[in-house]
Amino acid sequence: MIAHSVFFYIFSLIAIISAVMVTVSKNTVHSVFFLILDFISISCLFIMIGAEFLGMIMLIVYVGAVAVLFLFVVMMLNVAEQKGQWFSSRWDGGTHIPVGLLVSLIIFFELIIVIGGWKYKPDLLNSLSINISSEVTNTRSIGNVLYTDYILLFQISGMILLVAMIGAIVLTYRERAGVKRQSYIKQISRERDEGVDLVEAKRSKGVKIDA
Amino acid sequence: MDSYFSILFTEVYKILFLLVPVLVSVAMIVWLDRRVWAFVQKRRGPNVVGPFGLFQSLADALKYIFKEIIIPASSNKLVFVLAPIVTMTLALISWAVIPFGEDFVLADINVGILYLFAVSSLGVYGIIMGGWASNSKYPFLGAIRSAAQMVSYEVSIGVIIINVLLCVGSLNLSDIVLAQQNLWFVIPLFPMFVIFFISALAETNRPPFDLPEAEAELVAGYQTEYSGMMYAMFWLGEYANILLMCAMGSVLFLGGWLSPIDIFPFNAIPGPFWLIFKILFLFILFALVKATVPRYRYDQLMKLGWKIFLPFSLFYVVLTSSFLLYFDLLPGK
Repeated sequence: MIAHSVFFYIFSLIAIISAVMVTVSKNTVHSVFFLILDFISISCLFIMIGAEFLGMIMLIVYVGAVAVLFLFVVMMLNVAEQKGQWFSSRWDGGTHIPVGLLVSLIIFFELIIVIGGWKYKPDLLNSLSINISSEVTNTRSIGNVLYTDYILLFQISGMILLVAMIGAIVLTYRERAGVKRQSYIKQISRERDEGVDLVEAKRSKGVKIDA
Repeated sequence: MDSYFSILFTEVYKILFLLVPVLVSVAMIVWLDRRVWAFVQKRRGPNVVGPFGLFQSLADALKYIFKEIIIPASSNKLVFVLAPIVTMTLALISWAVIPFGEDFVLADINVGILYLFAVSSLGVYGIIMGGWASNSKYPFLGAIRSAAQMVSYEVSIGVIIINVLLCVGSLNLSDIVLAQQNLWFVIPLFPMFVIFFISALAETNRPPFDLPEAEAELVAGYQTEYSGMMYAMFWLGEYANILLMCAMGSVLFLGGWLSPIDIFPFNAIPGPFWLIFKILFLFILFALVKATVPRYRYDQLMKLGWKIFLPFSLFYVVLTSSFLLYFDLLPGK
């Protein structure tokens, strides 16, 4: 049990330090790397409490896909310069500060609600309508709940994600003129007669090509 | 405390017993790759150092060790040094869950296949970090290409894994192998096997999908600024990843440690050897593809991943599940 708590403190320490470093570090790319470290240590914590499926999904979805896109955006847009401006002395008005304050207030109240519920009603975990047996594996019990009792919510969240995805594509898509596209069907169905033209060339006259 | 240390020592012993053979076989597999490549092109390949040139990779490794490590002045030093370490570590830790036989596995975890998938999706970070930290155009372009490529092909690999899982009903790798006792999944899921093989080529940046290091356009891609042992670590990590993809293919589709037919001369051979034969078979296929197929163009690569593989494997998920449902073959009832 000692080893267990030692590992718990190691992982949570890494998680907290890297979460702080995400906001503190000057270089935006470093921030994203710290974010990745944070995700990884949190997935380790998930695995430690026995939620192995959640931990692995955390790794696959957040670290394997979302953080890669973060890195992409940060590297491509070169946000590093912009971030420097926000914190430098000649920042323009500080319009980001109120929004940030609002978000942090909301998150703070959410935390109060969660911790309060856990503090004043410790048997909350036992009052669940679904009984979770410890014999069934993690993955199976999540599936049992997700695809039966909460199937509607699951489907709706999937729909919302799909709509968001299509919306993003519609917003960023623009038709550009003069783009050459390859059509395999056109290429394969080309015959010899269309491609090759045998011409009887006259001496010192040249050949007229009509495209 | 005493028992704690004894557990620690046995575990370290087991890990060494797994990692040292993996590293040695990575060195051998590089030799095999070059030999197969040479045979296809009617050359001799490396044949000087040791019998049949077997020790060529060891000689190369020795050379890399004694070469100077150059860290570019304008690079981001810490990330630059971390990148090959990340690549190498991620390539090696995934071997922990590969089952070499019944009860012959380092970590028999419930979500083994998810672990493999997660670690292979982390593999992209070594490349991005290397490319970004080099602070130079070619490595950066290589890293961007490779990140996009690996993320795209991961999606189709994920859907292919779902196909296999539908037939097994468990995420444990040993269960996946044991479910193939009567019929290897390569037979009912043959199209998925083909797509998995091609996606594995793309995932490990092998030709014909080696655009991240296309030497004609990007010098050596994300490895351009690396030298000496750091370059060798990228290289080892890459080949360890290729071997891992072969192992994953043999566990998912070719029945892992199981012998092809359960009669005397075949089932007398111990399980680990069967797994090694299958890994070698898949690896020789990888090498033959490298020797014969020209490189893809980048837009073709993306088109193949998103517009052909993803819809087809999704369609196959529907097909597999409806087949299993109709004939009442769903596992885990």
